[in-house]
Amino acid sequence: MFTRRDFLKSAGIAAAGGTMLGGLSACTTTGSASRGHVVIVGGGYGGATTAKYLRMWSKGTVDVTLIERNPAFISCPISNLVIGGIKQMEDITVGYDGLKSKWGVRLITDEVTAVDTAKRTVATARNGTLDYDRLVLSPGIDFIPDAVAGLDGNQERIPHAWKAGPQTVLLRRQLQDMADGGVFALHVPKAPYRCPPGPYERACVVADYLRRAKPRSKVLVLDANAEIQSKKALFTKAFESYGSLIEYVPNSELRGVDVATLTAELEFDSVKADVLNVIPPMRAGSIAIEAGLPLINGRWVDIDWLTMGAKGVPGVHVLGDALFPAPTMPKSGHMANQHGKVAAAAILNLFEGIAPNPAPVVMNTCYSFVDGTNVIHVASVHQYDAEKRQPMPVQGAGGVSAAASEIEGKAALAWARNIWADMLA
Amino acid sequence: MNPKHALAMLGLVGLSAAAQAQDPNLARNLAATCANCHGTNGRSVGGMASLAGEAQDKLMQALSDFKSGDRPATIMHQIVKGYTDEQLKLITAWYAAQD
Ligand code: HEC
Repeated sequence: MFTRRDFLKSAGIAAAGGTMLGGLSACTTTGSASRGHVVIVGGGYGGATTAKYLRMWSKGTVDVTLIERNPAFISCPISNLVIGGIKQMEDITVGYDGLKSKWGVRLITDEVTAVDTAKRTVATARNGTLDYDRLVLSPGIDFIPDAVAGLDGNQERIPHAWKAGPQTVLLRRQLQDMADGGVFALHVPKAPYRCPPGPYERACVVADYLRRAKPRSKVLVLDANAEIQSKKALFTKAFESYGSLIEYVPNSELRGVDVATLTAELEFDSVKADVLNVIPPMRAGSIAIEAGLPLINGRWVDIDWLTMGAKGVPGVHVLGDALFPAPTMPKSGHMANQHGKVAAAAILNLFEGIAPNPAPVVMNTCYSFVDGTNVIHVASVHQYDAEKRQPMPVQGAGGVSAAASEIEGKAALAWARNIWADMLA
Repeated sequence: MNPKHALAMLGLVGLSAAAQAQDPNLARNLAATCANCHGTNGRSVGGMASLAGEAQDKLMQALSDFKSGDRPATIMHQIVKGYTDEQLKLITAWYAAQD
């Protein structure tokens, strides 16, 4: 039998638990009848923002379940300062209590094991299987297996520290344990990768620490790209200010590593390090790939930018670093937060049976520390282009800092406090 | 009731026509793009100005001064150029209406 629910689904409109037609008026009154159940996988910048904004904008009339494997949110932005010894882990850790108690998000601390987009279910390791009306995947990135010979399984010895958490602590400890005169080698993968300015910021804050603690040491930046990928002129200037403490080597794609000797094997050369920090080539978080979502270049999810919906997979929205980016759109926490708001607005419209906002706008800012106090930014605004069917950067808007400054150092930390509150408080 | 009729009555059929019109929550959505720095609904938790409840004239003046360069800024002069004046009016009206 072809039910109303089926009809709504086939029309690309969420079924809202079968209560949508009545719910249109109910939502303005008590909100006792839920308009639908949204399951969100991944409580980072994208997923947590979607969870809060769905609850806030629907005035609690949409049920939201957030599944996240970690018990607390740990921020990648600002985590380089932990590696540099300027901040502690507790400074970049925020609990999920606000989402639960203030916004009524149902939080499940668990691992998602499978997604069935036909049956609209999500299976978890310890909490059974959940049904959804709409699914939001904000899975971040995972590293491509076998991309660097000898690397897989050795992240304790050769950390990436490109997902904040125990890896951040580990890299900090390795840096502290390194003798004066040591080489800290940092490998940057080919773009696109998560957080374009992040590796160069890391090189700077590590050099800043070494300058104070171990001045005979060196940061060796092995960049698979032909040039610095973000804020090039500003980072070039910052690197120069460190003199021989930073050596930047472009076109240095990593072929393999020797775990025993901490050797980075490049095409024509091999380099022995005392601390070897390899950011491996990456792709969309595995759950997006296992769910069978459409990929571009086999790596990044292809979406419809009006709804953040995975192309050809009804009811599934994808956000953040996992996406094939629109032109000049970076993989950043700030941008994932903005994706989360577009997705939340679109989902609520679809639950009400109205078209998604035809003119969404997203904007980005990435602040980067060039030492413990001075910061540079890059900013951009992206307006949806109906012909190109994707957000395009506004020409003449955005840009970078005139120079590194302490005032932007304060702004960067204020940005962090405000965006963490915007997603979690 | 036939669901198709019900949807037609509610104007849910023919989404493409509706797509031409402005979203009912456009101002709210645009304002949310500023919240990363200025706080959810314009209520900053510190270190950035709160926008909630500020007079629209005052907000518009600040934004046009950023745009023209009359008011020095680290970043707002670059951000504000990404929005049309119409969008900035929607955003500032929305923030002015928050408590
Ligand atoms: C990346 C962070 C960031 C974002 C995003 C941002 N702002 Fe700002 N805003 C600032 C900073 C920093 C200042 C102080 C001026 C400067 O240095 O640019 C400021 C100042 C302002 C002021 C002046 C406040 C006062 O009374 O001193 C207004 C008004 C304002 N912003 C509005 C907006 C609006 C509207 C948006 C969204 C379209 C927005 N801002 C997005 C960082 C941000």
